[in-house]
Amino acid sequence: MEQKAKIPEMAQPSFNLGRLLKNNAVPILFIIICALGSYYARLPLPFLIAEITTRMARNSFLVISLIIPIIAGMGLNFGIVLGAMAAQFAFIATVFWQMQGVAGLTATVALTIPVAIVFGWLTGMLFNRTRGKEMITGIILSFFANGLYQLICLWVIGGVIPFPDESMVLPSGVGLRNTINLKAMHYALDNIVKWRYGMIGVPVMTFVAVALLCVGMIYLLKTKLGQDFRAVGQNQQIAGVAGINIDKVRILAIVFSTVLAALGQIIFLQNLGILTTYGSHVQVGTFAVAAILIGGASVSKATIGQALLGTFLFHTLFIVSPLAGKNLMGNPQVGEFFRVFVAYGVIGVALALHAWRGRSKK
Amino acid sequence: MSQRVLEMRNISKEYFGNKVLKGVSLAVDEGEIHALIGENGAGKSTLMNVLFGMPVIRNTGGFEGEVLFEERPVSIANPFEAMELGIGMVHQEFMLLPGFTVTENIKLNREITRPTLLSRLFGPAMKRLDRTAMNSDSRRALDSLGLSLDETTRVAGLPVGYKQFVEIARELDKKKTKILVLDEPTAVLTESEADTLLEAMERLSAKGISILFITHRLQEVLRVAQNITVLRDGERVAGLDRTEATVDRMAELMVGRALESVGCKECAASAMKEEVLLAVSDLRVDMPGEEVRGLDLSVRRGEILGIGGLAGQGKIGIANGIMGLYPATGTVAKGGKPIPLNDTTSALNAGMAFVSEDRRGVGLLLDQSIEMNIAVPAMQSQGKFIKGAFSLADDRKIRSHAMELIRELDIRCTGPAQLARRLSGGNQQKVCIAKALTLDPDLLFVSEPTRGIDVGAKKIVLDLLVKLNREMGVTIVITSSELAELRAICDRISIVYRGHIEGTLAPDASDKDFGIMMAGGASHGGQERKVS
Repeated sequence: MEQKAKIPEMAQPSFNLGRLLKNNAVPILFIIICALGSYYARLPLPFLIAEITTRMARNSFLVISLIIPIIAGMGLNFGIVLGAMAAQFAFIATVFWQMQGVAGLTATVALTIPVAIVFGWLTGMLFNRTRGKEMITGIILSFFANGLYQLICLWVIGGVIPFPDESMVLPSGVGLRNTINLKAMHYALDNIVKWRYGMIGVPVMTFVAVALLCVGMIYLLKTKLGQDFRAVGQNQQIAGVAGINIDKVRILAIVFSTVLAALGQIIFLQNLGILTTYGSHVQVGTFAVAAILIGGASVSKATIGQALLGTFLFHTLFIVSPLAGKNLMGNPQVGEFFRVFVAYGVIGVALALHAWRGRSKK
Repeated sequence: MSQRVLEMRNISKEYFGNKVLKGVSLAVDEGEIHALIGENGAGKSTLMNVLFGMPVIRNTGGFEGEVLFEERPVSIANPFEAMELGIGMVHQEFMLLPGFTVTENIKLNREITRPTLLSRLFGPAMKRLDRTAMNSDSRRALDSLGLSLDETTRVAGLPVGYKQFVEIARELDKKKTKILVLDEPTAVLTESEADTLLEAMERLSAKGISILFITHRLQEVLRVAQNITVLRDGERVAGLDRTEATVDRMAELMVGRALESVGCKECAASAMKEEVLLAVSDLRVDMPGEEVRGLDLSVRRGEILGIGGLAGQGKIGIANGIMGLYPATGTVAKGGKPIPLNDTTSALNAGMAFVSEDRRGVGLLLDQSIEMNIAVPAMQSQGKFIKGAFSLADDRKIRSHAMELIRELDIRCTGPAQLARRLSGGNQQKVCIAKALTLDPDLLFVSEPTRGIDVGAKKIVLDLLVKLNREMGVTIVITSSELAELRAICDRISIVYRGHIEGTLAPDASDKDFGIMMAGGASHGGQERKVS
């Protein structure tokens, strides 16, 4: 059968510098800022690399945990704070039981996962009831959850549940102390295998975990479930008409995200070696979101590459900006301000762009 | 004799006491192409909603009558069950995901998967997609339509016609599909695309797949359909077979209806003059689904001009284009003075006002009071109802003006402060008209003024338009899908087909002439029919 109409010429994937710059404006801008910052910070290169290596290992997991909800059309999941809380509850338990090293860490992971699944499931159900407003719901949910978390840590522990550990509870015997020492599990994952090059230490197993996550993520997106995530992300109505159980797919997306964030928080805390009871989880959501956006992701599109690049750039900025601020303005606070400004500013701009594009599409 | 695939017997359906289907029967045999024709609102969509078990039918009290599939009575509770039986639907608005490839869309939620280690542990959701098998399946479905489209292309950039084919291919790929319902498939296609589609339909029919073909285009019906069912006002007025059908006969059956007594019969005839008030030439409007393609039109001072035509032919685009709501090109002159396009403010300042077909979207601020709805456009564009150095709203004037119009147009409400959202459709329409009148126009565009309004209110709105014309001398251009109402109140009626004026008729021209013109008959060999 001969062809009646012609298929329009598909855009050839030719190299086009202008388009390349335009499509990657955000990461390119931050690469420039980071380069300038590194220059003015005048940090020794090995120190810089060592710091970045540590922070990449520590934070990548958390940032990657945001990808699935973005693909499933649910935007930036600020609800990963709940995952972080799940991880912290697990740590509080394992520290109380005086578990140590890799065994302790494994127990923490085992404890965390079911809790994170429950948290993710509840978050997902809430998001299904606030369809289209997942992001603001996630932010408010994290505030609300923080209130409950404080109630549990300040009053239930010691007040309701007996908690006979003087090093963990406040002198009154009710409520947890401000900081909990994770010394027993400090570097439990990082130091299983550690390559050293002068100042630079590479936590091999942590990177292996991140690599496994990336491979798993690529695999997941090639499965039936991954295809469903993408279909639901593009248009819920059409996916629904095709018989996909949209609500379930969306809940699963959030469960995956919450569990990954919980694991990410475990990696983060075992590296720090200290748990700030009332603070460690608070900014997990905003910082991870800022990082993935700096990497060039948007509210509706994200890749693993963008997550990793974003983590790299965001944390380079973290390292260099106080020093650059001090060297340029004579005040490290300036760099600090700049960093905070960037973290929240980039989120604001991304949300505004999303709303703007949504409107122009109509 | 071939098997009967689908039969619908004595289907009746009413929405809130309003009978939209009155004992309609329909039968389709294996491999038959069966056309279902009728005007907008004749009941075609409702009949299909019944067939697919759409929630809207169940939620409004179900229907009467029987549906038989392959000679067994079935009760279809939802669209999935229809799909399971083998009834495929090709939607009018495309149900395709733009970011997916052709294959991914054809196989949406029916992906071919391979088990893996993880799927054995965690269940079928972890199965891997077998893209090679999926692509070859889609290839087969596309080939059966005679389409050499690459199955790995993304849908996003495809022309509309191809999207239609992808949808059909999706239904074909469902192996069970025995009957396909095509709801106005050619409405959005170009002539050559439509040809390709008709050929594909014939090919499918030869393979034993039945097709229920809903369309307005009578030539296409003659070309492919073996049997034709004509609906009018919810009734099956005729069943024709290919040999006895002609365009004229179908047009007459489709349109023919007694004129309702609307309008102000006792009023004097409108003061229509020969003077041209508005001259439009080569107007092109880019309004999705209602494109206007090079239209010429002249409106005479003092007349009521009707613009009719079937949905999607572009009649809605005309007023929207002239008033600057959608991008337009061409020349428009009012009283000899050219009016810039794409500029709503100058259109308003030129003394034109527009009552939009999208009453609840464009027409009204639903959560504002009646009085604000009436006053806002005049405040914005003419500085009326504004006082003082700080341009404050003059509440007293707004109130008294609203009171006056409420009385004059008989808007049924609790008072000028009532929210527009709380009004009935007919009264909302009156508020829209009041709003337009506040601008003191000498030319009023009214689009679909009676859409979604009950019968009683329809008459009131139409009477009101006639009154405005006769008593206040406002020239009115009314666009409507309901030919009967145009014929009741207009001095002349122009029929739009494919984005241009197919012809202009007097309101008392015959049903047949209207029917043919609406189906594009004049440009398909029929002679030009014009009245001066």
